Amino acid sequence: MISFLLILLTALFFPGIISRTKSIASGRKGPSIFQPWKNIFVLLKKGSKFSDTTSIVFQITPVIYLTTIVCAMLLLPFEANRTITGSISIIGFDGDFILFAYLLALGRFFFIIAALDTGSSFEGMGANREALYSMLLEPAFFIIISSFALVSGNISMQSIFSCIEFANTYYYIIGIIIIYLFVQIAMIENSRLPVDDPKTHLELTMIHEVMLLDSCGFDLALIQIGTYLKFAIFGTIIANIIIPVNTPILLQFAIFFATQILFAAVIGFLESFRARKKMVKNPQFILSLSSIALVVFVLCLLLLNQMLK
Amino acid sequence: MEITYTLLFLPIIFCIPIFFGNAKIRYYSSLLLTLYISIISSIPAFDIFLNHTNTFTASIYSTEITIDGLSAFFILVTNFTMLTGMLFSNGYLEPYIKRKKPAVIALHYGSYILLHLSMLLVLVFRNGFAFLVAWELMAVASFLLILFEGEILKTLKTAVNYLIQMHIGFVFLLMAILIFSNSTGNMSFDSLADYFKYNENIGLFALFFIGFSVKAGVIPLHTWLPEAHPAAPSHVSGTMSGVMIKMGIYGIIRILSYIQYDLYNIGMFILIIAAVSGLLGVIMAIVQHDVKKLLAYHSIENIGIICIGIGLGTLGLGMNNPLVAMLGFSGALLHVLNHSLFKSLLFFSAGSVYKQYHTRSIDSFGGVIKKMPRTTFFFLIGAIAICGLPPLNGFISEMLIYIGLFKGLLGGTFDNSILMLFGIISLVLIGGLAIFCFTKVFGVVFLGNPRKVKDENVKEVSNSMLFPMLLISIFIVLIGLFPMLFIQPITNIVGGLFKISYDSSFLAITDTFSKVNIVSFVLIATTLLLFLLRSKILKKREVSYGPTWGCGSLNASAKQQYTGNSFANSFSEIASPILKIEKENIPIREEEIAPSMRRYSTHQVDVFGFLNFRIADFIMTLLKKLARLQTGKIQHYILYTFIFILIIFALMYLNLI
Repeated sequence: MISFLLILLTALFFPGIISRTKSIASGRKGPSIFQPWKNIFVLLKKGSKFSDTTSIVFQITPVIYLTTIVCAMLLLPFEANRTITGSISIIGFDGDFILFAYLLALGRFFFIIAALDTGSSFEGMGANREALYSMLLEPAFFIIISSFALVSGNISMQSIFSCIEFANTYYYIIGIIIIYLFVQIAMIENSRLPVDDPKTHLELTMIHEVMLLDSCGFDLALIQIGTYLKFAIFGTIIANIIIPVNTPILLQFAIFFATQILFAAVIGFLESFRARKKMVKNPQFILSLSSIALVVFVLCLLLLNQMLK
Repeated sequence: MEITYTLLFLPIIFCIPIFFGNAKIRYYSSLLLTLYISIISSIPAFDIFLNHTNTFTASIYSTEITIDGLSAFFILVTNFTMLTGMLFSNGYLEPYIKRKKPAVIALHYGSYILLHLSMLLVLVFRNGFAFLVAWELMAVASFLLILFEGEILKTLKTAVNYLIQMHIGFVFLLMAILIFSNSTGNMSFDSLADYFKYNENIGLFALFFIGFSVKAGVIPLHTWLPEAHPAAPSHVSGTMSGVMIKMGIYGIIRILSYIQYDLYNIGMFILIIAAVSGLLGVIMAIVQHDVKKLLAYHSIENIGIICIGIGLGTLGLGMNNPLVAMLGFSGALLHVLNHSLFKSLLFFSAGSVYKQYHTRSIDSFGGVIKKMPRTTFFFLIGAIAICGLPPLNGFISEMLIYIGLFKGLLGGTFDNSILMLFGIISLVLIGGLAIFCFTKVFGVVFLGNPRKVKDENVKEVSNSMLFPMLLISIFIVLIGLFPMLFIQPITNIVGGLFKISYDSSFLAITDTFSKVNIVSFVLIATTLLLFLLRSKILKKREVSYGPTWGCGSLNASAKQQYTGNSFANSFSEIASPILKIEKENIPIREEEIAPSMRRYSTHQVDVFGFLNFRIADFIMTLLKKLARLQTGKIQHYILYTFIFILIIFALMYLNLI
């Protein structure tokens, strides 16, 4: 239960921190960190305009996109401290990360076909890129989870995160690589640099934004909320990896929020000083994450064998 | 059992009106006959499920038939798909009835029933000889079904190609059966256990595997499949893809249940072949232009997923890990059921679209949802299911295999873990690619604006065609929402077949699926609630309609939309080393100042297509060279005789003959 509330809480200030960091980095004062949510409330009050070409698919997609993300949140634990019963995920079971990944995929499926529903060639292009990149990214996530499963000897997220301890020096190295990978995965999943640039004004170079061209008002607000929650979800995963087992609960909260704020600030900084990759280079970049993940997996295997001896 | 005899004679009475009645009588008598066969064969199958009896035995003309859990499961799957196919055929064949001779229609229905009957016989015969007869009947019946539009040369060629490949598979099965019956002196499959106890396991299994995988369409023995499915009428492609190719899977599982040694190596072999098959299947599916051909390649992909399950199960047996074995085989069997459901649903809905639009080219469609909303809905259900997305049935079977792979990953040795990770990665990639492929098909065909076709007169198909699709969709949703209802009996079958004992660790699976269940319900409930809320709020607000945003331009042409080809292009560039895409165009010459009209077309060529006619080509070229001897001059022929006699003499002199 705690994890669910924490994600909601994080989603409140996360996008604000990113934009604030960016404005500070570019020498501006910047808006309040709750400005993104103020925008959403404005959107929620607006009417809607739909394209004639669209069908029911376009109407139901924002709803499904948001609900799949909310359902995925149910599965996510907060660093399980067994003494506090509320701290584990609401629903946890063997193989819950498979459902987690596939729920996000279901949301993406509808998001892609909704973009194609408008009949716009821009949105078709965005849909195509989204489908391709998310497909290429999926193995990296599963390989990392596999190495977690291997190290912890468990296949449910809460037991994985409550068992993983980077006590050994070797594991510190692996931990750093894994956190790097998760930051990259989070950036790609949430359509940020270096694969996608939310700031760009040219439709031809957009991915996520271009798929929203025909969404407005209430629907757009739902999708934005979904996007913010998704960010917080990935931040929570990273925090779960970082928080050591058996720390006092208050320290856990402190580490959690520190991680989230740092994560948001890092994204803001990276986006301020980094340029988007060339579109044609993106598949290579995403696939390279999978190969790094594969290295992590083999390292874990080797370390385990060493420890058994 | 005396009843069996009379029961078998009854169908003949139904058969007569198929060949002599008018169109209506013909259809209804075949429907009755299919129903009759289904009911008669389902009774013992249900009996096995409900009463947990192990086997049902009877005899037809002194040939013993045995139905155990595995056969019963496949019998039920077959019956359901064949029934829905028959229901669908009524509407689908309507335009053909006016064009075609009554005899052709009658032959079509006749062979449909023959196919149904022969598949059931394949499932119940344990005697090798009887099994081969039924297997052959199945090939001939499906050959006749593919040949329905035999007046098209391409269809004729495809059908013949199919028949030849089936016989290549048949030869392997024949060899395998002869080998073991020769050694044990018994034709029955049950003596295989004895054979495997005292002989090499891998060799004979490989023969069986090759024979069965030609039918199942495992890469590289799949080349008949993507040709035959588009050529056949849609209800036939639906049933062929849904159940007929599963007979190969049935055969593989049946033989595996007798294997005694080397299970680990066999499992490894199957897993690798299966992963390659699944990946290549979906990769080649993405670049197709023909809806039905695309679906056919997805059959190869799904056979790959099923075989990953089988390979995992076999590995589990080899590793002495009953949980992994159970999960692998149960996942495979459940996927057999699931695939038969969503693939027939997809073929039926694609067939409905073909019937109304008269084209199968993905890039000419667009906006089908506005003309045929119900068919679109069914296709969407099938698409979500085949991508393995929750909350539908495809996810359940893939989840079983996933958990099996992860469980195998934990308890194993180094190479074991690598193998499991290989399985996981390929399953993940197959899932991602399937999403890529089906967003393409669904988005391009059903959404947007019509690209090339004229759709003013297109209407939704009749209820008689929608009804079977509804029936299948109900099952798809049912399996997705109440998975344990189906997993439980399947684990019983697997447990009985491979003698896997239950242990407490299997309880975790029950827990998993009950939790998945909760999430599915939460997902559906919140989606509905939020959608209602949204509709209510939007009713109060000002809602207007306008053209799609086009950078300030208001009259974007429908041809500017993304097409299936452009959607697939980004992927086919990455996958170009694996794919063979042929381009056809005449380049513009330099001196052509005013170039004439050009055509440019691309099509994908199957990477393994060279296996198709290459052997025949080789023999033909050899024979053409030999034909030089045939000069037509009598002197030459006398010379040949003379040389022949000389050779004989020489050989005799050397004591060689």
